[in-house]
Amino acid sequence: MSATSSSPLPSVAASDRFRSDTFPLIFERSSPGRRAARPPVTEGDDMASLLGAEHLRAEPPRLPEVAELDLVRHYTQLAHRQFSIDGNVYPLGSCTMKYNPKLHEDVAERFLDLHPYQDEDSVQGILELLCELQTDLEELTGMDEVSLQPAAGAHGELAGILMIRAFHMANGEGEQRRVVICPDGAHGTNPATAAMAGYDVVEVPTGPDGEVDVEAFQAALGPHVAAVMLTNPNTLGIFETRIEEIAERAHEVGAQLYYDGANLNAIVGRARPGDMGFDVVHLNLHKTFTTPHGGGGPGTGPVGVKSHLAPYLPAPRILQEGERFVVEGERASSIGRMRSFYGNVGNLVRAWAYIRRLGLEGLKRVSTIAVLNANYLRVRMREAGYEIAFDRVNMHEFVARPPAGIRTLDIAKAMLDYGVHPMTVYFPLVVREAMMVEPTETESLETLDAYAAVLAEVLETAQRDPAALAEAPRLTPVRRLDEVAAARRPVLRYAFVDAAD
Amino acid sequence: MPYVPHTNDDVERALAAIDVASLDALFDDVPHSLLDPRIELPDPLDEVALLRHADALAARNHTAGPMFLGGGVRQHFIPSVTPRLAMQSEFVTAYTPYQPEVSQGVLQSTFEFQTMMSELTGLPVSNASMYDGASSVAEAALLAVRQTGRETVIVSRGVHPESREVLQTYLWPLGIDIAVVDLEDLVTPTPSVGDNVACVIAQTPNFLGALEPMPALSEAAHAAGALFVAVVDPLSLAVLASPGAYGADIAVGDGQVIGNPMQYGGPSFGFMVVTEALIRQLPGRLVGQTVDVDGRRAFVLTLQAREQHIRRSKAKSNICSNHQLAALMATINLAALGPHGLREMAEGSVRWAHRLADTLEAAGADVVRGARFFNEFVVRVDREPREVRHALALRGIRAGVGVPADYGLGHAITLATTELTRQDDVDALVSAFTALGLAGGQTVGASA
Repeated sequence: MSATSSSPLPSVAASDRFRSDTFPLIFERSSPGRRAARPPVTEGDDMASLLGAEHLRAEPPRLPEVAELDLVRHYTQLAHRQFSIDGNVYPLGSCTMKYNPKLHEDVAERFLDLHPYQDEDSVQGILELLCELQTDLEELTGMDEVSLQPAAGAHGELAGILMIRAFHMANGEGEQRRVVICPDGAHGTNPATAAMAGYDVVEVPTGPDGEVDVEAFQAALGPHVAAVMLTNPNTLGIFETRIEEIAERAHEVGAQLYYDGANLNAIVGRARPGDMGFDVVHLNLHKTFTTPHGGGGPGTGPVGVKSHLAPYLPAPRILQEGERFVVEGERASSIGRMRSFYGNVGNLVRAWAYIRRLGLEGLKRVSTIAVLNANYLRVRMREAGYEIAFDRVNMHEFVARPPAGIRTLDIAKAMLDYGVHPMTVYFPLVVREAMMVEPTETESLETLDAYAAVLAEVLETAQRDPAALAEAPRLTPVRRLDEVAAARRPVLRYAFVDAAD
Repeated sequence: MPYVPHTNDDVERALAAIDVASLDALFDDVPHSLLDPRIELPDPLDEVALLRHADALAARNHTAGPMFLGGGVRQHFIPSVTPRLAMQSEFVTAYTPYQPEVSQGVLQSTFEFQTMMSELTGLPVSNASMYDGASSVAEAALLAVRQTGRETVIVSRGVHPESREVLQTYLWPLGIDIAVVDLEDLVTPTPSVGDNVACVIAQTPNFLGALEPMPALSEAAHAAGALFVAVVDPLSLAVLASPGAYGADIAVGDGQVIGNPMQYGGPSFGFMVVTEALIRQLPGRLVGQTVDVDGRRAFVLTLQAREQHIRRSKAKSNICSNHQLAALMATINLAALGPHGLREMAEGSVRWAHRLADTLEAAGADVVRGARFFNEFVVRVDREPREVRHALALRGIRAGVGVPADYGLGHAITLATTELTRQDDVDALVSAFTALGLAGGQTVGASA
């Protein structure tokens, strides 16, 4: 602060409103009587006479009152305080932060004004699109039937595990099968989903080659196991080479094999979970099929199943009957709805556009180059001085770590000053100081070279001048945050200052 | 190939750098029998052809004309400024704000969102949004079960049927019982609440559009030590008493109506706002205020010990993402409208609904009266609701959400209005009702 006050220009007072360290909340820009937007106004009876005074609220909600340009500046400047794929390399492992084509936004805009309860004859276009997407996803996963309903990957997982549960119950094995097996490297949603569906979770270890320890896995199997949840390639970016054996062992004891589709970008178009022996898959359309991540969602998590689980699919599916497309009526054994209506249709349209734009050859190119890029960056990171957790040819992602004595957190924070987003850090839990990197196919080699150069320079700084690293970041809108204080005394909303103050 | 920057030279350079012989050799770990199966996909389209194809599909959707569909999704005013601001690249193509130093845009706007939802509902703690209203109802019930240790949930039939279906989906694997309370005169009678009940769930305006006696229901829940879950329409809260005012412990609902297009039902977002006592049981992301090392105000994801990526099988829910971009649309939209704009939208919706009900009734239609209604009401009809909706669609009118048979109203539909309703729309609907004989046999051919 002293540095600022000693500068001749600009003065603190004059620049105060524009400086990032006093960036206001929208409520702090509010002035009574201002407004940006005006809806059509309908005059008429007052609310008390129409609704009954007892139903009315006493005080209006304190929403902001701002002029349109102030609104625009506020949210434009907020956008500038945000890293994104469009602005920055963003290679979060397991998140598949690939480029989101602008074309898909234009396609999606053609399907905004449809109501979910419209007469079917008046929505034949969107129903055809959704039906085609179901079929495309069935083809790409090797499953017999897909439901587009779940709203996110974790939501699709829940649908999948509930279907497995319904299947076992229908076979009279609902009570007997109490356990879901996950590898210790699994995404956190896997065990959380199993618990939410009423199951106990057993974790099996990762072997020295980075794959599931098949012997430990076999020891955990038995007639009490309802399902085995795997992602392939796994969270270390390694393909489970013994997947067919795993599937066979699981099926021998009557367990169902669940495919977490988070890592499908490694194999899309080239290999299918259905062929590997998986009974259920969920897909993350915001990953492999490049619907925008939106700052944290909405995602979309369709589920696909083999025919023996199809009776349990969440309602409703879209069906083709001759020339006509219809919303399926009752499916007697369905686990029911996962959410209202037909899913995140806006995203489904974007994923459909992606598949239609690329076709099979384009999608094969996607997975192939995604794997090439990840291997290229793995080698570059090794050259930059990082350790690779399981140094072998990997698939779409890999896990690295800094040399002993250096914290991944410090590396990540220092990277921010270079204008690049760090990789996923401290996951998977099976690797100390993990740095999980997934560059995706849409980054050029030049970009990956530049990213590796940043990593090299940061590591060199860490070894030469650790104090400098602890100070990073210095150039971001805010610097390291006091997260402990945030959790100890949570401030979760703005505290309005009384007009009298 | 679209979206992949690699030239052939790039591929060669990369393969040499990693010392792998060919692109195919990258897939050597995949058993040969699994590689490159036969997959049938449509042929790729170039950019122009894809847009033309999309246009052809869109042309087979009906998007214009009078609109009276409700049932949880409505066509409301969204000023141009809302999507233009929300759909900026930085918001659209960011992800979960794991690195808060470079994610203040998402984090601060979420803090603003939490504040707005807290203001609307009159409850202090809002999460950062969830999937939709229906799944938020189910998550609220799970929260109540965790908090009380009780294993029965009472839900009013006035709660949207699809929300009740999702509730069923979420609760059956845990062995939680659901007791449904039938409506009397369109609203929920005060239920008897046993000491095994975790929560009472009621929705206002309910699925039939009627305003529920929320204070009485809340009191009945609390008298038995149960929580009260209010399912609310956020637009209505510009006018209606807030859940906090009648003592609700949890307010949930769907946010489509305050700034998101209909999009055939999704994505929108769900919200959940709770009392201070329930913070540690709250599912989903939360953004908190803190300071950085220089003392500047800043925002960060907080209380993450509730969440799956930390607690794994002990998490409060498996929910991982939120519906951030849809919540941002609502945040910007509420800021654009302000309290007065939102109130004008709510009032316009209410006035048109009452005008439409009166006009239809005067024309002979069987409007079901019995409780105050907000912007949606019930009309009995003489045939299957689907047939009514279809007949109206043929006349270019989107109207007629079917009331399921278990409401005991016979053949019935709901009609909804918004501030965008016009007199011409009302006239068209009344004419269609008359022409189709839906306004009572004697009035065929009469002018509205």
